[in-house]
Amino acid sequence: MGAEPRTIAELGRAFRGREVTSSSVTEECLRRIDERNPDINAFITVLAENARAQAQDADRELAAGLDRGPLHGVPISLKDLFDLEGTPTTAASRVRAGHIATSDAVTVRRLRAAGAVIVGKTNLHEFALGTTNEESAYGPVKHPLDPSRSAGGSSGGSAASVLAGMAFASIGTDTGGSIRIPAAACGLVGLKPALGEIDATGVVPLSSTLDHVGPLCRSVEDAAIVFEVLKGTRPSPLDARSHEPAARAPAEPARLRVAVLGGYFTALLDSEVAASFERTCGRLRDAGVTVTDAAIPHAADISAVYLHIALAEAAAYHAATLDTRASDYTMPVRLRLEMGRSILAEDYVRALRGRDVLRQEVDCALESVDALLLPGLAVPATVLGKDTVRIGDRDEPVRNIMLRQTQLFNITGHPAITLPCGTTRGGLPISAQLVGMHTPDLLCVAATLEPSITTHA
Amino acid sequence: MTINVWLENAVRDAERRGLTALPALLAALAQATATLRAADWNLDAAGGPARDKAADGR
Repeated sequence: MGAEPRTIAELGRAFRGREVTSSSVTEECLRRIDERNPDINAFITVLAENARAQAQDADRELAAGLDRGPLHGVPISLKDLFDLEGTPTTAASRVRAGHIATSDAVTVRRLRAAGAVIVGKTNLHEFALGTTNEESAYGPVKHPLDPSRSAGGSSGGSAASVLAGMAFASIGTDTGGSIRIPAAACGLVGLKPALGEIDATGVVPLSSTLDHVGPLCRSVEDAAIVFEVLKGTRPSPLDARSHEPAARAPAEPARLRVAVLGGYFTALLDSEVAASFERTCGRLRDAGVTVTDAAIPHAADISAVYLHIALAEAAAYHAATLDTRASDYTMPVRLRLEMGRSILAEDYVRALRGRDVLRQEVDCALESVDALLLPGLAVPATVLGKDTVRIGDRDEPVRNIMLRQTQLFNITGHPAITLPCGTTRGGLPISAQLVGMHTPDLLCVAATLEPSITTHA
Repeated sequence: MTINVWLENAVRDAERRGLTALPALLAALAQATATLRAADWNLDAAGGPARDKAADGR
């Protein structure tokens, strides 16, 4: 065997070449969980015995010629918002104490049908209402590269589990950036598909009209593989004659047009992020990509629109437990939910009107290009315990800064993907983000541009 | 309801319930609400400037 498989695609080839087995790979993931989880705190629930049994089944099926496709036998983790029959869905909150799921989420059912091995359920910001994972009933997730820093959030345990080699992919949710932010902080690929594209039945909601389900992975090809399984578009293994690669064939970079979103989206960046993003744009130009500029005229209103929709919808879901079990929430999460309870209906409706305006403006920006390009995260992974982060000569609230690059596309519903594009002098990942009109087309563009965007320099 | 009246009511309610850290967050929310209400997409029932601005785009 050559190098150890790093991606799902490589692992699939190794399985089918009989170079490794699902059992051996799953065992290695479980070993890494044993070794590193006490420090990183990525998992709330580890499902070692179930995972071993699923891996043995996968090996038996593959040996017998039943191939369920590219996720068959692949160890993955699930953010602990997804129902998995017979296990707790904690949402990282004491409010959920005693909960046991009685059925699988739709996406979990699809993952099982695709032969995925579920190694465990990952830690998150309580009820996904935050970007750092510091407010969790199970303690903070720590960044695998620097335990003094956050892995990002709210799907921080998911990102940490993939970065630390405890799983090949993780399934997260993204309401304002909760897949893309931790993926960016941990140097992974994070895909938020288009709004409503993946069924969220059986997933604990945060904001019913902003929530998205998607994968955190190590490559665009892997994101495409997991996306198709989550979406339910892969054929049944019994019907399929072959399993083609999930990603569409990459195009020529020189035929692609990308517009950089400036103004608001580049005005408040860490200096190393800004420099890395500039270099990324340069590499794309060098590869022949046509790089132009675009703007969102109402960008200054994004945060106000987001806040009034997200908090009002979250408050509706949590109203009963806020009345009866308020002390079971961490205080910062409780306070944000209480803010949502005081939003007036008329202001919620104003925000919905703003949502339409912003959606039209993103559509307009995409009119003559294949994708929009902007930084994935304005700052590298932030230090745990700090509410502010220094940018230039100003201290900015961590939460506002972390949502700044991502929340627009939850509002508008456009698919967006973050890819690593460099590292800081201290070795922390920096990320770029591509935004498109349709997820399959965006994945094609991202696969084409990935060699130019992703660098470890 | 004006933002000032809304904020006064919300802060009073927070204090009554002992949520001492909430008023600062409500003040931040009030700023966001002011931004939202000033946006040029809002319609004015009297057909006033808000509608004219919205029709212009920005």
